[in-house]
Amino acid sequence: MIEEFSLTEEPKAPDLSHCTAATRNACKLCTPLGACLVFRGIEGAIPFLHGSQGCSTYIRRYLISHFREPMDIAASNFNEDSAVFGGAKNLHAGLKNVSRQYKPALIGVATTCLSETIGEDMAALLLDCRRAIPDLPPVVHVSTASYRGSHIDGFHDAVTALIDQLVLPPDPHGGVNLLPGMLSTADLRHLRELVEAFGLPVTMLPDYSDTLDGPTWMDYEALPEGGTSVEAIRRMSGARATLEFGDTLRFTRRTAATNLAERFGVVRENLGTPIGLRATEAMIQALERISGRPCPPAITAERGRLLDSMVDAHKVVFGKRAVVYGEADLVIGLTSFLCEIGVEPVLCASGGKSEHFPTALRVAVPELPSTCMVRDNMDFADIDALGKELKPDVLIGNSKGYGMARALDIPLVHAGFPIHDRLGGQRVLHVGYRGAQQFYDQIVNTFLARKQEKSTVGYSYL
Amino acid sequence: MSTEATIPTGTIEEVEGVTPDALREQMLKGLPSKTLRKRAKQIVPNDPETPPEIGANSRTIPGIITQRGCTYAGCRGVVIGPIHDILHITHGPVGCGYYSWMTRRNLARVPEGQTNYMQYCMTTDMQEDHIVFGGEKRLAEAIREAYRLFKPKAISVYATCPVGLIGDDIHSVCRQAKEELGINVFGFSCEGYKGVSQSAGHHIANNGVFKHMIGLDDTPNDAKYKINILGEYNIGGDAWAIDELLKKCGISILATLSGGVSYDEIINCHQADLNVVMCHRSINYMAEMMETKFGIPWFKVNFIGADSTAKSLRKIAKYFDDKELMDRVEEVIAAELAVLRPIQAEIKAKHQGKKAAIFVGGSRAHHYQDLFGDIGIETVSAGYEFAHRDDYEGRDVLPNIKVDADSRNIEELDVEPDETRFRPRISPEAKQKLIDAGFAFSDYLGMMREMKKRALVIDDISHHELEHLIKTWKPDIIGSGIKDKFIIEKMGVPCKQLHSYDYGGPYASFAGAINFYKEIDRMLSTKVWSYVVPPWVKDRKAAATEAPAEEQKAA
Ligand code: SF4
Ligand code: SF4
Repeated sequence: MIEEFSLTEEPKAPDLSHCTAATRNACKLCTPLGACLVFRGIEGAIPFLHGSQGCSTYIRRYLISHFREPMDIAASNFNEDSAVFGGAKNLHAGLKNVSRQYKPALIGVATTCLSETIGEDMAALLLDCRRAIPDLPPVVHVSTASYRGSHIDGFHDAVTALIDQLVLPPDPHGGVNLLPGMLSTADLRHLRELVEAFGLPVTMLPDYSDTLDGPTWMDYEALPEGGTSVEAIRRMSGARATLEFGDTLRFTRRTAATNLAERFGVVRENLGTPIGLRATEAMIQALERISGRPCPPAITAERGRLLDSMVDAHKVVFGKRAVVYGEADLVIGLTSFLCEIGVEPVLCASGGKSEHFPTALRVAVPELPSTCMVRDNMDFADIDALGKELKPDVLIGNSKGYGMARALDIPLVHAGFPIHDRLGGQRVLHVGYRGAQQFYDQIVNTFLARKQEKSTVGYSYL
Repeated sequence: MSTEATIPTGTIEEVEGVTPDALREQMLKGLPSKTLRKRAKQIVPNDPETPPEIGANSRTIPGIITQRGCTYAGCRGVVIGPIHDILHITHGPVGCGYYSWMTRRNLARVPEGQTNYMQYCMTTDMQEDHIVFGGEKRLAEAIREAYRLFKPKAISVYATCPVGLIGDDIHSVCRQAKEELGINVFGFSCEGYKGVSQSAGHHIANNGVFKHMIGLDDTPNDAKYKINILGEYNIGGDAWAIDELLKKCGISILATLSGGVSYDEIINCHQADLNVVMCHRSINYMAEMMETKFGIPWFKVNFIGADSTAKSLRKIAKYFDDKELMDRVEEVIAAELAVLRPIQAEIKAKHQGKKAAIFVGGSRAHHYQDLFGDIGIETVSAGYEFAHRDDYEGRDVLPNIKVDADSRNIEELDVEPDETRFRPRISPEAKQKLIDAGFAFSDYLGMMREMKKRALVIDDISHHELEHLIKTWKPDIIGSGIKDKFIIEKMGVPCKQLHSYDYGGPYASFAGAINFYKEIDRMLSTKVWSYVVPPWVKDRKAAATEAPAEEQKAA
């Protein structure tokens, strides 16, 4: 089948139209999960689900198995009555208990499919709660029905809601805002380091690099240390610019960065997720522009080392065929880098619906072979079906691709979320030259190890 | 009460100098009055002779973070999910299905050439249109699609919260599909909001398995000693370990509900002569219904812990009242213990006198006390996540349990003896003789009768209470689930996950017990906790405590 692909248009996929009523092994998680992750990245905040307790338990379970860290999410615990008559009473009791127990700096309320289906008037309900609960901290609400998006939408919507509901009129301070998107804790730490290397104070939203990758405690912490402070969020209107990562967001009309631009005139710099050379370059140049400072030599040196290693090992990876899957913007970043190192992506898949994904990918990675299939709204059954025909050498994505890797007898290089079959899934570094270096080494070593395993000769020098 | 209970002697007067009552006071202090009243009933010092009443199976207060799951999780995730040749379809938005996809470590092996449907997570992935205009069509289409793709023997459909609300009639969709496709299709109204916890889902699942599966295949089975294991989910391979052990004794398991089990085994399992129950909470309904309908007696066993395993084997042999079987069982026990005892003794010598706390499940917080006890570790505090009063106090409290709105929600099936298939498996005289000799049928004595006096029993423990327990009583190890594992370990206490076994297991049977002893030995022997405080901080602290003394001397 592969031979038949013409070079000028995307190949015809196997007909998947007979599998449309059900999602088999989804490649996306549900919307409130993304929102809860964002709220966990706010200092002293507690995520709160308005709906049944089961959703919060399940979502916690998933986040915990990836981060291997505590993750509390409160819920308003609907029962049959609240499902029928609405959950006002439960919301009130829940918020009251959470504020008393945790004394949080912020409560981030996300609505589950249940309260969304009921059509709760959250603005009115929260106003009532504010009147009735004397020391209720700031409450930010985001609407997160899972029948209207996936975890990545919940993530971006929560960032937008925080900015929309918290930011005060501008008081210019010369810092920059950074909206990184859904990245790993190591990514967040590295991004902060990079921006600060240009002498720019930065407000990163969200920042769960400490709250979800923290040390053992010397003392009990009801809410883990770290995160973006509410105060800093309020002052985001006074920043010099907002760096917003995510190629697909460029095509979206309303994002958190457009919100800051429209309301307060903060310059929006939309960039691709800085994975690989080109996207990292774009970020560095943006930072040079904003700060008026040249790129520090240490960063240029990292770039040099990366290129040197690419010279050393290009023959190992060149021409290898890869299937990449996960959140749209992560896939775009990874694909961009794969093309730079000579790996040929044969399928780029995102699980959520993202109409802009194919365009954004083609624009960001113009050299992507036209034979590469680019699809949104895919589940693993689809990816599997395509994968079998495309005969990839490697899979790149989260733990859920393991079954496919096993069936095809090819390696899986872990990236993205969720990673629950490896240690340190939360610390995989994707961004910057350093991230590219680690990722490159990992891919190269995966192929070398494979070669050794499969070799009948038993090479020890490769 | 049956004479089977071995009531532990001794009292827990105090731990680390603090009495159970004082610790309880600490936990309750400062709570608002309503919460306090509720929690006060859920935290009780034990009395094994007359178990005190405990508040259990009541709604978690909104805003208090609980480890409990939902009705759907109990039904699809726990009880039906492990049946590996049924195709499971979650009717709802994407999350509920995704989160129940292979997360429980209930293992299954399928015969060569068969697909293991447990690896599939099918969901109707409802979109806005379905919520607004109804999802029945979508569901019907999904069932057809599943059939086209896999041709399974049976398809099982689960309703999630929004489905209940928009009023999709999943049962009529299933009935139509059953007619159309000619295979068994059935649905479960297990919307998450229906119950206090996953426990409601267990009950709903039991009803469905009983209505739609049990008794469909009457093929006789000529094994000599044939039993079912109920309430065993093959986490980490436990069911396989039990299976192997019983095989050595010459006892056949027709079906394990539900662990590593097939649809065919379940529809034929009413051919068994005995049901033994591991997890009483999740499956007692089934045991009762099968007894009423088919005449299969049941009793409680526990294959967790060496002595408990031996006791359970002997009980099964005694039930069949066959000398040959009893001898065989004794031989097996002797052979297994010959391997186990030296390992147990070596590990016990290292950890004797340490203390554990267990907060998990609906039976494991009880069962694992035996296993910890095997190596000299005493459980000073324990509680369930989703159990009811009978699991704490014993089944004799059943008539006194108040039925609340949540429990009334769940159907109680009307079960009658089957006209043709009801067959008492043991004569009334033989049964009476066993009972007179102290043999308990259809009974569970509960956790409290086997815990020391004044041990602290805590239902649905909260973070706040856990924090006090750790700080004050300083347990050496805690058995819990993934949702509080990392909090416990952040506080410097090793935590063994007793839902998923931390990717280990099996821990059932003698072989499993050895695994567990070694695992606990590893966890208690690790040096990692001693490295937590950096040396320079230690030095500074030491200096700070010495300094005032120096100053005093100078003065
Ligand atoms: S109901 Fe919605 S929010 Fe809850 S788990 Fe399911 S998909 Fe997620
Ligand atoms: S929506 Fe309902 S069924 Fe689904 S996970 Fe949440 S509580 Fe459970």
